[in-house]
Amino acid sequence: MIDGFSNTTLSISNLKVAVGPHSVVDGVDIDIRKGEIVALVGESGSGKSLTALSAMGLLSGRVGQSGGEIKLNGQTINPQDEVEMGRLRGTRLSMIFQEPVASLNPLLSVGEQVAESLVVHGRATKAQAMERAVQMLADVGIPEPEKRAKQFAWELSGGMCQRVMIASALIAEPDLLIADEPTTALDVTVQAQILDLMRRLRDKTGTSILIITHDMGVVASIADRVCVMYGGRVVEQAEVHQLFKAPKHPYTKLLLTTIPKLTDAPKQDLYSIKGMVPDIADFPEGCRFRTRCPLADKQCVKTPPLQPRKTFDDGLVACWHSELTETLQ
Amino acid sequence: MRGDMDATDAPLLQVKNLKVHFPSGSKGLFSEQQLVKAVDGVSFMVHAGETLAIVGESGCGKSTTGNAILGLAPVTEGQVTFRGQDIARLSPDERSRMWRNLQVVFQDPVAALNPKLTIGNSIAEPLAINGVPRAKQLERIVELLDLVGLNPSQKDRFPNELSGGQRQRVVIARALALEPDVIICDEPVSALDVSIQSQILNLLMKLQRELGLAYLFISHDLSVVRHIADRVIVMYLGHIIEQGPAEVLFSNPRHPYTEALLSAIPLPDPVAERSKKRVLLEGDLPSPLNPPKGCPFVTRCPIREERCAEAKPQLVQDENNREVACFLR
Repeated sequence: MIDGFSNTTLSISNLKVAVGPHSVVDGVDIDIRKGEIVALVGESGSGKSLTALSAMGLLSGRVGQSGGEIKLNGQTINPQDEVEMGRLRGTRLSMIFQEPVASLNPLLSVGEQVAESLVVHGRATKAQAMERAVQMLADVGIPEPEKRAKQFAWELSGGMCQRVMIASALIAEPDLLIADEPTTALDVTVQAQILDLMRRLRDKTGTSILIITHDMGVVASIADRVCVMYGGRVVEQAEVHQLFKAPKHPYTKLLLTTIPKLTDAPKQDLYSIKGMVPDIADFPEGCRFRTRCPLADKQCVKTPPLQPRKTFDDGLVACWHSELTETLQ
Repeated sequence: MRGDMDATDAPLLQVKNLKVHFPSGSKGLFSEQQLVKAVDGVSFMVHAGETLAIVGESGCGKSTTGNAILGLAPVTEGQVTFRGQDIARLSPDERSRMWRNLQVVFQDPVAALNPKLTIGNSIAEPLAINGVPRAKQLERIVELLDLVGLNPSQKDRFPNELSGGQRQRVVIARALALEPDVIICDEPVSALDVSIQSQILNLLMKLQRELGLAYLFISHDLSVVRHIADRVIVMYLGHIIEQGPAEVLFSNPRHPYTEALLSAIPLPDPVAERSKKRVLLEGDLPSPLNPPKGCPFVTRCPIREERCAEAKPQLVQDENNREVACFLR
């Protein structure tokens, strides 16, 4: 990355999020370049959703940002500043969630909801916004958009509702779309349509996308670059082909080994990572994966820094023994 | 293995021309009651020790089929027999005896466990109902926890103290308490993390090998199904559109819907994923209130012809023991 600054839509550095005394996001660095689709992968409790929610200023209750800096197009933003975030959300930063039906207001027509961010931010009159909303619904592949705009969320299928969410997130042409498990609740054939749509919209508008998912298939399908999270930290980051071809962190490698593949011999035991994700209250000291890692030794009690993967890309890995990862079966 | 069994081998569970129709909405004075034909004429058999998977997308009727077998959905027409006996005609006594042999594991282990019971007591419940003395119950709890890979010392914990994977193990232990022959598994790993999924799948396969269990495995996840199933049924809009041995169906799908479904699975390999031939389906599932007259798939089928809209194709067996309901394949 030569000119990382002006080219970077969102830059998260050393982000820390705490729940009470526990650090659930512990020094996360992520850069999303203009027009890039970055996947944030991890299992539940890895901190991937909290990282995204921090960037949106949507942490609440006992969960709060305890450190780090977030920059949007090079300018520091303060996610705790409700006024500032109110201005940014929906216009420059947008987010869609896993449950599209639950994310939509059942009392507003979908057209009104898609138009809402333009009206709220005073970018258009209600009539103009509605016109634009209908066009946006057409852009996201909803047939008969004029008719659909007058319908309500419960009259649409889950796939349609996710298209509506995407339309409302993108209508104000934000710099960044954060998509938290956008296809997890959808059927595979519909998932394929939505991934296709996201890819197409990125190509057309240049919007950067941060997609949060646990599904390595989705990552392989849509991401340009991948950040793998475990226990509140980024453990590996790389260009998508490089990551799948040569995972350097044992967790990445084992995660890829553990998923059933269409090329596996059926009925054989699947590889499984021993144990489970430790509770946030008892992450081990040092490398947080070490209690489940077959490569772990004394050195791993010290936290490994995120450093170059020693491949030909600009990927990073946080492991003392990354040169041994490829020996793992 | 299935292949070794002779044809006269009686199935454990047999479903004949099962129909489950739900009334929908209110019936007007002059209008006819509308019916959702959730399952519309489905027949199959489950033999001892095998895994029969039912796959399909939401609304295809796969879960309703399982629920109808369990008596959780009304059977409109058709017959479910367990060990040759019609379930509908069992006396209450015979019925409770049948439940010992036919158990269920649902998707969401949180909802499936009583939050106010310790996991030991949850597992003991079916034993208590069947008059097993308390001392024997305790012994069995320890045995079962051990069998599903939990530490017996955890028996006094409450569900909220366990992880999702551990809770699903508890649900499985409870299902095993009465030594059933068949377990209906409705999306048993869908709510779990990837690294935990493989643990639970391995557990299910191990239990099958050790206890000779048969599974009716209902799932939308085709990679999982391919790994665990002996035979597969593909459902669409309440109908079986293709069924056969897993390896036949996955290596060479014949129904255009099966083909689309398989091609929609995102492969966890960016090179394969981005170069594969995809059959993108248009649109959504038609409303089950108003299903197409002919082939249920006709509205989205990429190869449809006129006749497909007029008559419904029946399942026809091919030389590989596979049945397909398509005029054109």
